[in-house]
Amino acid sequence: MTSSRSQNELPLSVYDLTVAYQRKPVLWDVGFEVPPGSLVGVVGPNGAGKSTLLKAVLELLPKVSGQIRFFGGSYAENRHRVGYVPQRESVDWDFPIDALDVVTMGLYRQIGWFRRVNRAHRDRAMAALEQVGIADLAHRQISQLSGGQQQRTFLARALVQGADLYLMDEPFAAVDAATELAVLAVLREMKAAGKTAMVIHHDLQTVPHYFDYVLLLNMRVVAFGPTSEVFTTENLQKTYGGRLTLLEEATHAMRERGRQR
Amino acid sequence: MTFNACPLLEAASLFKQGWSPEWFCSWLGLPDELWRVLSLRDYNTRVVVFGTALLGAAAGVIGSFALLRKRALLGDALSHAMLPGIAVAYLISVLLGQEGKSLPLLLLGATLSGLLGTCCVLGIRQWTKLKEDAALSIVLSVFFGAGVALLGIVQQTTRGHAAGLESFIFGKASALAVEDAWVIFGGGLCCVLLVILFFKEWKLLCFDETFAASSGWPVLGLDWLMMLLIVLISVIGLQAVGLVLMIALLVIPPAAARFWTDQLRTMVWLAGALGCVSSFGGAIVSALLPRLPSGAMIVLFAGAMFLLSFLLGTRRGILFQAWQSWRLQQRVQRQHLLRAMFELSELQAAGAASSVGQPAPVSRERLQGMRSWSKRQLATEINRAVTAGLVIPLSSDQLRLTAAGQQMASKLVHQHRLWELYLITHAEQAPSKVDRDADQMEHVLTPEMIARLERLLNASQQGGSVPSSPHPILPPPETERIGGEQA
Amino acid sequence: MNGLWPDDWSWQLDGWIILAGVLCALSSALVGNFLVLRKLSLLGDAISHAVLPGLAIAFLVTASRSSWPMFLGAVIAGLVTAGATQWIRSAGKVDEGASLGVVFTCLFALGLVLIVQAADRVDLDPGCVLYGAIETTPLDQVSWLGWRMPRVVWVLGTVLLVNVLVLGVLYKEFQLSSFDPSMSTALGISAHGMHSLLMVLVAVTAVASFESVGNILVVAMLVVPPAAAQLISDRLGRVIAWSLILAAFSAVLGHWLATVVPRAMGYRAVSTSAMIAVAAGLLFCVCFLVGPRQGVLSRWWQRRAAAAEMLAEDVVGWLYRREEKLAAADKASREAGAGPEELASGLGVALGPLRRNLKRLVRRGTLQNVAGRYQLTAAGREEGQRVVRAHRLWEQYLVEQAEVPLSRIHEHAERFEHVTTARMREALAEQTDGTERDPHGSRIPPEH
Repeated sequence: MTSSRSQNELPLSVYDLTVAYQRKPVLWDVGFEVPPGSLVGVVGPNGAGKSTLLKAVLELLPKVSGQIRFFGGSYAENRHRVGYVPQRESVDWDFPIDALDVVTMGLYRQIGWFRRVNRAHRDRAMAALEQVGIADLAHRQISQLSGGQQQRTFLARALVQGADLYLMDEPFAAVDAATELAVLAVLREMKAAGKTAMVIHHDLQTVPHYFDYVLLLNMRVVAFGPTSEVFTTENLQKTYGGRLTLLEEATHAMRERGRQR
Repeated sequence: MTFNACPLLEAASLFKQGWSPEWFCSWLGLPDELWRVLSLRDYNTRVVVFGTALLGAAAGVIGSFALLRKRALLGDALSHAMLPGIAVAYLISVLLGQEGKSLPLLLLGATLSGLLGTCCVLGIRQWTKLKEDAALSIVLSVFFGAGVALLGIVQQTTRGHAAGLESFIFGKASALAVEDAWVIFGGGLCCVLLVILFFKEWKLLCFDETFAASSGWPVLGLDWLMMLLIVLISVIGLQAVGLVLMIALLVIPPAAARFWTDQLRTMVWLAGALGCVSSFGGAIVSALLPRLPSGAMIVLFAGAMFLLSFLLGTRRGILFQAWQSWRLQQRVQRQHLLRAMFELSELQAAGAASSVGQPAPVSRERLQGMRSWSKRQLATEINRAVTAGLVIPLSSDQLRLTAAGQQMASKLVHQHRLWELYLITHAEQAPSKVDRDADQMEHVLTPEMIARLERLLNASQQGGSVPSSPHPILPPPETERIGGEQA
Repeated sequence: MNGLWPDDWSWQLDGWIILAGVLCALSSALVGNFLVLRKLSLLGDAISHAVLPGLAIAFLVTASRSSWPMFLGAVIAGLVTAGATQWIRSAGKVDEGASLGVVFTCLFALGLVLIVQAADRVDLDPGCVLYGAIETTPLDQVSWLGWRMPRVVWVLGTVLLVNVLVLGVLYKEFQLSSFDPSMSTALGISAHGMHSLLMVLVAVTAVASFESVGNILVVAMLVVPPAAAQLISDRLGRVIAWSLILAAFSAVLGHWLATVVPRAMGYRAVSTSAMIAVAAGLLFCVCFLVGPRQGVLSRWWQRRAAAAEMLAEDVVGWLYRREEKLAAADKASREAGAGPEELASGLGVALGPLRRNLKRLVRRGTLQNVAGRYQLTAAGREEGQRVVRAHRLWEQYLVEQAEVPLSRIHEHAERFEHVTTARMREALAEQTDGTERDPHGSRIPPEH
C-alpha cells in the first residue's frame, strides 16, 4: 500500500506467458516488466490478443505456461492493489441500477461479505464520479447514459478501489471527445500520484501523446519500451504487417489434435 | 324508479341489520363458501393460502436474479427434470415399506433430479457445440418423459392411485396438507433470507461477472448457490403450482416488475409482491373451485399483472411511453407556436416604432407561413395556447402573446438562438443551415447545457435577454430562402 | 417378430402404435432441425404448449371434436405465441427467454382452465394433453379410398407429407435464412417470412401430434433427434438425414421400452409417448459419448491416439538424431538402435506406455526389434528425417521470423513438429530462405 514500496517493486511483470484459448487468439512467450509510475499503451491489430493478455494476467483465463507477478507477489495477494476496467460491451447496460451503484461495486470487495453499503461508501463512489466529471449523472439509470458516460462510470468504478495498478481494456473506444479528455486527465492524475496504468489502445496517432511506455503486441511481444524508442515505423510494420500465418496454422492444427500442454 | 329503489332499500336495511359480511355475500348472491374462503376462516385454508403467497413472493424475489442472469428458462428445464426424482423417491419409499407419500423423501428426490438436470444442461453446453436453448429443451423433454413413464409404474403399485403424485404436475393448492404448507412457508422464508444476505454479491454477479471474478469473488460458488436456490424454490412450489407452470412464478413477476422501476432493489421487492398477490389469488380460487388446477389460476393471475405492467408500467410500459411521447409532441408543438409568434412580432416591432412592453399582434395568415403546418394543426394549437393563457385573440385574425406567453417565448427563442450561435461559431456551420438543427435542439436543452452555452458564447447580456437572430427570420417562399443565404 | 417383442405383439395393435410414433417423430424432427439451427428450440417447446387454448376454444365454440376448427384454432394459437413473444421482446425490452416464458405459461394455463371447463362434455383431460394416448391409436379407425387405417395415422401421415413438401421445395431458402437472415432478406427471401412459415409448420405438427401422442413427445422429437444429429455431422443435409433416422429409431425403441421392459420387471406397460422421449434421450446420450467429432468419449480417444502418435514421432526422431550423432561410426553401431530403458530415459517418458508404443511401431514396420534393441527401418529413417527436419525448420523460423529468444525455441518446435505437413515444411523452408542449418548449428536434413 505504501508508496515507497510501490516505488521499488515492479507493479506488473510477466514472463514467458503462453495462452491457448479455444477459438481465441493465442499469446506466445509474452514477457515484459511494467515500471512503476508509468502509463503503458498496449497496441496491436485486431485479434492480436490484447484483451486476452489482460484477462490472462488477471487469471480470468487459464494460462498454459508462464509467470505473472504483481508487486513481486501473486495476484491473489495483491488483488486490492489492482483495478480492472473491462470493455464497455462486456455487460448488459439495461441492468436496473444507476451509475452510483455501478461505481459502488468497486468497493464491494472492501466492504466484504454480507455487509451493507453505507453512506461513507456512497460518498467515496460519488467522489470518484466527480473525478471523472459525471457526478451530476449519479442517479441516472445506466442505459440512459451515453457511451462515453458509461465508459467514465466504469473508470470511476476502478478509481474508487484506490488501486496502484490499473488495467484498462479500450477505455478510449468509441467515446466522445469530452470523455477522451476526461479519461486522459484521470490517467495523468494517476501518473502524478505514482500509480501505474496499462491501457489497451486503438488509435495509433495519439499513442506518443498519451503513453510513456508502449507494448506492441501481435500474439507475441514485438517490442516493449519507452514510447520514444519503441514506437517506430519499423516496429509498427512488424506489428501490423504480415502476420505469422504459419505459426497460426500450426497452433490451429495443434488445437485440432486436442493437445494443449 | 322502482328499479333503482330496490338496492337502495336493501342498502338501508344493511344499516338496520348491522354490518355482517355473510349477509353481504348472500346479498350479492355469492355462496357462503366464498366468504368462508375469503375470510380465511378455516385453519387449513389459512395456512395453505399464506404458504402459497409466501412461495409466490420468494419465487418472484429469486426469479429476479435468474432473469437478470439471463437464466429465465433454466427453471423450466429443472422443474420438469424433477418428475423422475419424485417417482423414484416414491418407489423407493414403497420398497422400504413406508407409507408412500413421505414428503421429505419426495422433495429430496425432486431436488436431486432437478440438480442432475441442471448439471446435464451445463454439461451439454460445456462439451458440445449445442446452444443453451437446445440443452434446456433436451433435458426438459427427456427427463419429463422418464418421469411420466415412472409415474406409470407408480400407479400400478398398491397405493399408487392414492398417492396423488399427479398434483405435482399441475399443482393443487387445495390438496395441500397443513404440514406441506409449512414446508412451503419455511422454504420460502429461507429463500427470502438468503436473498437479503447475498443481495450485494448477486447484484455484482448478475451485472458484471468478469469484474466480479477479477476482484476475487468466488463467482462459481455464488452462481451455484443461486441455482440451488432456484431448485429449492421450484421443489417447494411443485405441489402448489405444478412443475409445468412453476417457471411462470419465477419469470412473470420479475418481468412485470421491470416495467415499473430502474432500481434493482425496488424490482426485487416488487416482483416479490406481485408473485405474492398472484399466488394468493390463485390459491383462493383453487380453494373455491377445487376442480381448477391451482397452478393455472396462479399463472393467469400473474399473467394479468404482467399485462397491466406491460401496458401501464411507469418505466417501460408501452401505453405510458406512448403517453409520454404524446406529451412531448404537444410541448414541441406549443413551443413552435410561441417561437413563431415571438419572431413575427419581433419583426413587426422592428418595422414600426414599437409600443414598449406589449408584443406586437400577429396575424394568423403570416403565422401560417412561418412553418409547414396545416391550417387545422395551427388552429388547434392556437386554441390550446389560448386556453392555457399564453395567447390572446384580438380579432378573428389577430393574435397577441400574453405576458406569460411572451416570457416563455423569449426563453425559447433565447435557447434557439444560443444553439444557432454555437453551431456557427464552434461547429462552423453555415448560418442558413443552423435553423433546422436548432429547431430540434431547443426542446431538449437542459438548464445546465444552456448555462454552459451562455458561458461559452458569452453572447447574451445575461438575464435571459434574447440575442438577435444570426439569420433572416422570415422564411416564407422556399426560393427566397435559398436566395437569402448570402445575407 | 422374434423374441425381442412380447408374445402378444400384433401388427394390428403395436404396428399401428409404432407407425403413429414414427410418423410423429419424423415430422417433428424434420422441422425441428431448423428450430435448433436458429436457436429457437424453446420456441418449439413454447408453441407446443401454447396450442392448448386454441384447441380448447375451438372445441368450446363448435362443441365437437371435429378436426378442422381445432386445427385452425391451434395454429392460430401457435402463431400468436411466436408473435406475442417477439412483440413483448421488442416493445417491452424483455429478455427473450423471459418473454417466451411469460407467453407460453399464460397460454397454457388458459388452455388448462378452458379444458377443465370443457371436460364435462368430452373426455379431454389435462394429463392426456401432456403425454397423450398413443396406445388408443388403433381403436379409432377410419377408411378412405378403401384403406382402413387409424385416424391418427392418416393425420400424422398428412402432416409429414406437408412438412416434407414444404421443406423440400424451400430447402435452400430455409438453409440460407437460418444461416444468414440479413443476407437472405437482401436476396429477396424474407427471413421474417421464412420464420413465420416455420412457426406454422411447428404449430401444425404440434397440433396434429397433440391428442394422439401428447405434447411432451412433440417437444422431445422437435429437439432431441436434431440436436443428436448435430453431434454426428456438420453438414445440414446429413444432419437432417441422421435426425430422421434417430427419430424413427427412437419411436421403435420407445415402444419396445414401454411394453417389454416394465413387463420384465413385473409391471404392466407404461406410456409409449413418454418412453419414446426417453429413447430419444438415450440415443442422444450415445451420440454425446461416441459421436465421431463431438462425442466426449471419442474426443478422449482421439486425444489418446494423438498423444500416442506424438510419442511415436518422438521415438523415431530420437533414433534418427542418435544415428546423426554417430555419423562417424560404422554402419552397424550407427544403426544399432536403443533399448526401451535407454529410450525412456532419453525421452523422459514412462516405460509402460513406451513399450506398447514401440510394439506398435514394430507392427507398422517403422522399427525392427533386434535382440531387445529397437532399430529404424528404412521407412522409419525417412519418417525420422521428416520429424527432425520439421523441428529444425521451426526453430529457424521462430528465431528468424517470430523473433522468439533462442532459449525458448526448442520447446515450441517440439510441439509444432507433430502437426507439420509437407506443405507447411515447404513453406517454412521458403520463408527461412532455404537455410541449411538451424539456430543451434545442426544440419536441417533435406526433404525426402
